[in-house]
Amino acid sequence: MSTAGFNSQNGTGTGQTYTNGPSQNPVALQQPPGVGYGMNHQPAYNPMQTKVLGPPSPALYASGPYQPVPPGPQLGSYPPPPAQPLLTRPPIGVLPSHTPPQSASPGPGPRQAQATPPAQATPPPPAVTSTSYYTGPPAWQYAAPRGPAPNHVNPAAAAPPHMSHGSAQPPGPGAPPTSIHGYPQPGTAPPPMNPPPPHTYQPNRPAYGPPPTAPPAGPPGATGTPPPPKVDAQSWGAASSARPPTEPDTQEGDVECPGDVAGNGPQAPNSYNHVDNRMAGAAQPGPPGRHLGHYPSLPPGYQNTLAPPPSSLHPALQAATQPYIQGPQPYQQQPGGPGPDQLSPSMAAMSLQSGTPEALRVVNLLQERNLLPPAPVPAPTPCLTQDLQKLNCSPEVFRCTLTSIPQTQSLLNKAKLPLGLLLHPFKDLSQLPVVTSSTIVRCRSCRTYINPFVSFLDQRRWKCNLCYRVNDVPEEFMYNPVSRSYGEPHKRPEVQNATIEFIAPSEYMLRPPQPAVYLFVLDVSHNAVETGYLSVFCQSLLDNINALPGDSRTKVGFITFDSTIHFYNLQEGLSQPQMLIVSDIEDIFLPTPDSLLVNLNECKELVQDLLKSLPNLFEKTMETQSALGSALQAAFKLLSPTGGRMSVFQTQLPNLGVGALQSREDPNQRASAKDVQHLSPATDFYKKLALDCSGQQVAVDLFLLSAQYCDLASLGCISRFSAGSVYYYPSYHHQHNPAQVERFQRDLKRYLTRKIGFEAVMRIRCTKGLSIHTFHGNFFVRSTDLLSLPNVNPDAGFAVQMSIEENLDDMQVVSFQAALLYTSSKGERRIRVHTMCLPVVSSLSDVFAGADVQAVTGLLACMAVDRSVTSSLSDARDAMTNAAIDSLSSYRQSALTIQQPGLLAPACLRLFPLYILALLKQKAFRTGTSTRLDERVFAMYQLKYQPLAFAMLMIHPALYRLDDLSDEGALNINERTIPQPRVLQLSVEKLSREGAFLMDAGLVMYLWIGRNCHQNFLSQVLGVSSYAAVPEKLCLLPELDTAESQRTRALVSWLRDQRPFFPSLHIIRDESQLKPHFMQNMIEDRTESALSYYEFLLHLQQQISK
Amino acid sequence: MAFTFAAFCYMLALLLTAALIFFAIWHIIAFDELKTDYKNPIDQCNTLNPTIEKVKKIKRVKIAIKLVLPEYLIHFFFCVMFLCAAEWLTLVLNLPLLAYHVWRYTSRPVMSCPGLYDPTTIMNADILAYCQKEGWCKLAFYLLSFFYYLYGMIYVLVSS
Repeated sequence: MSTAGFNSQNGTGTGQTYTNGPSQNPVALQQPPGVGYGMNHQPAYNPMQTKVLGPPSPALYASGPYQPVPPGPQLGSYPPPPAQPLLTRPPIGVLPSHTPPQSASPGPGPRQAQATPPAQATPPPPAVTSTSYYTGPPAWQYAAPRGPAPNHVNPAAAAPPHMSHGSAQPPGPGAPPTSIHGYPQPGTAPPPMNPPPPHTYQPNRPAYGPPPTAPPAGPPGATGTPPPPKVDAQSWGAASSARPPTEPDTQEGDVECPGDVAGNGPQAPNSYNHVDNRMAGAAQPGPPGRHLGHYPSLPPGYQNTLAPPPSSLHPALQAATQPYIQGPQPYQQQPGGPGPDQLSPSMAAMSLQSGTPEALRVVNLLQERNLLPPAPVPAPTPCLTQDLQKLNCSPEVFRCTLTSIPQTQSLLNKAKLPLGLLLHPFKDLSQLPVVTSSTIVRCRSCRTYINPFVSFLDQRRWKCNLCYRVNDVPEEFMYNPVSRSYGEPHKRPEVQNATIEFIAPSEYMLRPPQPAVYLFVLDVSHNAVETGYLSVFCQSLLDNINALPGDSRTKVGFITFDSTIHFYNLQEGLSQPQMLIVSDIEDIFLPTPDSLLVNLNECKELVQDLLKSLPNLFEKTMETQSALGSALQAAFKLLSPTGGRMSVFQTQLPNLGVGALQSREDPNQRASAKDVQHLSPATDFYKKLALDCSGQQVAVDLFLLSAQYCDLASLGCISRFSAGSVYYYPSYHHQHNPAQVERFQRDLKRYLTRKIGFEAVMRIRCTKGLSIHTFHGNFFVRSTDLLSLPNVNPDAGFAVQMSIEENLDDMQVVSFQAALLYTSSKGERRIRVHTMCLPVVSSLSDVFAGADVQAVTGLLACMAVDRSVTSSLSDARDAMTNAAIDSLSSYRQSALTIQQPGLLAPACLRLFPLYILALLKQKAFRTGTSTRLDERVFAMYQLKYQPLAFAMLMIHPALYRLDDLSDEGALNINERTIPQPRVLQLSVEKLSREGAFLMDAGLVMYLWIGRNCHQNFLSQVLGVSSYAAVPEKLCLLPELDTAESQRTRALVSWLRDQRPFFPSLHIIRDESQLKPHFMQNMIEDRTESALSYYEFLLHLQQQISK
Repeated sequence: MAFTFAAFCYMLALLLTAALIFFAIWHIIAFDELKTDYKNPIDQCNTLNPTIEKVKKIKRVKIAIKLVLPEYLIHFFFCVMFLCAAEWLTLVLNLPLLAYHVWRYTSRPVMSCPGLYDPTTIMNADILAYCQKEGWCKLAFYLLSFFYYLYGMIYVLVSS
């Protein structure tokens, strides 16, 4: 799991260091992207990936609302969305073949590209599309109003998102055909300020864009009359989503090579037919008995779209051809419904509101079934000018639930969506500019770090974008180390990068930077020895002892405990480790305070000796009691002079001394539909200790390996308030549960070797008028905007709820800045600064258009966790349902101009009800299904602690079909080909007995084998002769030398490499014990205690129309 | 005009309410400082060493948090006194606050020591706003009851 990308240490290998000296190397900021995990964040810098206005994915709406079933033989159910795995995944080397021929025409320059709109506004229908009815009236209907807006017809903007992901690829051989974008150089024709102050000094600096509804300022090449304001707003959106032609960065693959497009275009139809037919067959439902998840009956809403399509073509094929039309005309988003005269209500509305951007396209959720995009949902792009957007922070690091900030709190209240930020501040980055400077330029008033979104009034003065104070530019800042020129402060790396790291001078230290100190607190009671974790731990630490982050000052120490506390004297000069037993657990003391924490380099042999002998030392122990509280106190005493990291391994309920806990779980209540008790801590001992730890810069990481109830709700506090992390391995046993053992091993390896920051604080600043409401995550809040993080690790995510205190009337953009000050394991004080800039809007529909459904879901999950602890679980569940009801009904009442039946949602929120339902069925919040209290609490911790990308997988798992993997649209990373199957809906109807399906639920993966699974798959991938021969407990894909096996393993390991924890894989059959776990994740289906997706939608509709 | 037990109760309540008003003001200041901690750091930093200022502030907040239980006890104490003096109207006027105090203390977070505020959740904007509002409401209530006790004391002294 730990790939090269993961191991990047504290930025030393991660970026170019700039100093002020003139002798610095002027290497460009961007370094070639790393491999493995690192590649993943790259696309984020690519605005194309996250564009809002383009089609989310060409195939998304393709098969439309419960399409009429044509007499086609193999479709017994709703037709599956057409399989286009290659549409949205990064095409490596090969260009996606469906790219419209138009976009292949490389204009020699921006002007020329701009000049082509007439031709593209009404594109000549490609040959294939003649079979489809989409080229008919709807085409001009939706495209016509935008004709004049030049950006819309821009091929780059129009191209489907497949161009986006080219992260890990080396730049293509050909130079990027910049002209394709047709965008003006930033600076040559800056978007207008309204009106720009005469003294504004902005050479080449992005101007703050006009408000989204401002009249167009005539982007270069705009011909004819200015489009209406609505359209203009879109055009800016489109502008921001396209790559500027001058962007020098090479981090993205140049996948838009025109030659390739032209070459591959003609073959498209064939390949599509092929894929689609196959997928249509694949999704063919099993025997009727297996349709657990079918909608009870075809509801009325579904029936009104049953008019036969004018074309007798196979629906999948129709859908497949649709991208051809959608390519050049991004707004022609019509679902595969009938012709214009039979438009469904939502589409009828759409034709009338043809000016709405894609994010606001009205979707009737009751009618459109296939809403799930075939690939992971990208983050929406804020509606900013391209110059600003280009500089903006990566959405993987910094994401806002509303990419358009409402002007007032009342507008926010009206939208009924939570406003907040989701952060992953210490994420491993493969390229990170590092600046060494004796003075770090900050605002004198609010202490904001200088960032790309400040404005330079003239060469010597800059205006803070958070408090609007005018500051002087220090002399030192005038010199630009990158270009080695003087007098261009706006070109400094600090002003060119939204994510940057400073090496902090001594003003930022309260004390000399602490060394890396690691203390391991190990449970060695009988129960712990039984599980056998000790030998795994010792072996892992032995293997990675040289990879522990640190320098020559690194210290380690060990404490073991059962009913007594054992210390280990590892002082240099001893021939072997000396064990010191303290049995007075009521009044704990350190027997030899100086020699318990020892320098790792000096005493490595003793440490290794100890690790080798530890597993045997307690082999015969009969001690069953556990005095965890005293051990923690002892460890705290040991670490408090320096600070550092305490790793606690616990296997049972602490039952002796301080902090002893009682079992509070009633196993009979696990499945109760009533309220769940005991989600809050039983004692505040652990919380108080955590706060003490936090004050002494000690973080506690908890590894809980237990089959029984351990009261994680109480124990977890020790990590939660000391900014540690919690790992939980239920039913860990070295023999009975090999999957957990492997997970533990891999997690430990990552844990021991990952980057770490000590004595950290994180401050989040935002533009005047906004204020921070609540923080979510593991930390202690020291001040309204300051988090105390004794340790910070690259896998921690944070969420922040915001509120609007003062109206943002006169602002066009607001900014957020997260600054993380930490001591690296090498003893350097560093500051990592992320800045994000978002537009301010005044209309409710714009607020909805900017909603980021995943971020909203993530933040709601955090809020619901808080609610279930402070109030009750049912309260939290109601609150989540109400969140969906309120926002959709507010959308219906305020943002929709035309009322129509059905459950209507803007396209950007179309997945909202699904995600809310997924949350209700998530382990943390579900009722009625048997859930252990500890597992529930752990799920809650995960929702709060995991960065959004991983939390989303835990909320809404991804389902892939594995038995027909192909290399089409596959990724190429390090010469490995990684197939990219499309993400299926979580419904049993998508399963078939002939197939094999992989469900990726974040912490765990299930590979479900159908009863009649193809023989080929069984033998080539699993290496067994028949279905019956699949072993009951299989957690490993055999390494067979077949193409199918390689593909499957490549996919699984690629999925694993993307996350910092190790998901165990379970291969399950119909009879397996784990099958219920697999089926519980089928979110769209009905279970005994929970609604199906369709029933949930009906419930929402009922509540909304009340 | 005789000095009755009721008159003594009113006099005592008068003095104690003055103390409670002081507590309430302290409470408001402390929470306001918690909230506006970051708002304008430069002004604070210009005049005084920030760390000293910070320590003072933290002390103020800590004292305010410690004052909660005495406040409740004082209020409970003169409620009991009024009960003994059979001043029913005054008692009824004070009962809602007494009930509120009981509810507030029973619904406090899990804590092993006396106290009301959990340092880990106090910075939550909702809780902070609630505590501030609570402080203002109490201040108003104590002020009003101060004058009521004054009136009550004179009335009892005059009428008896």
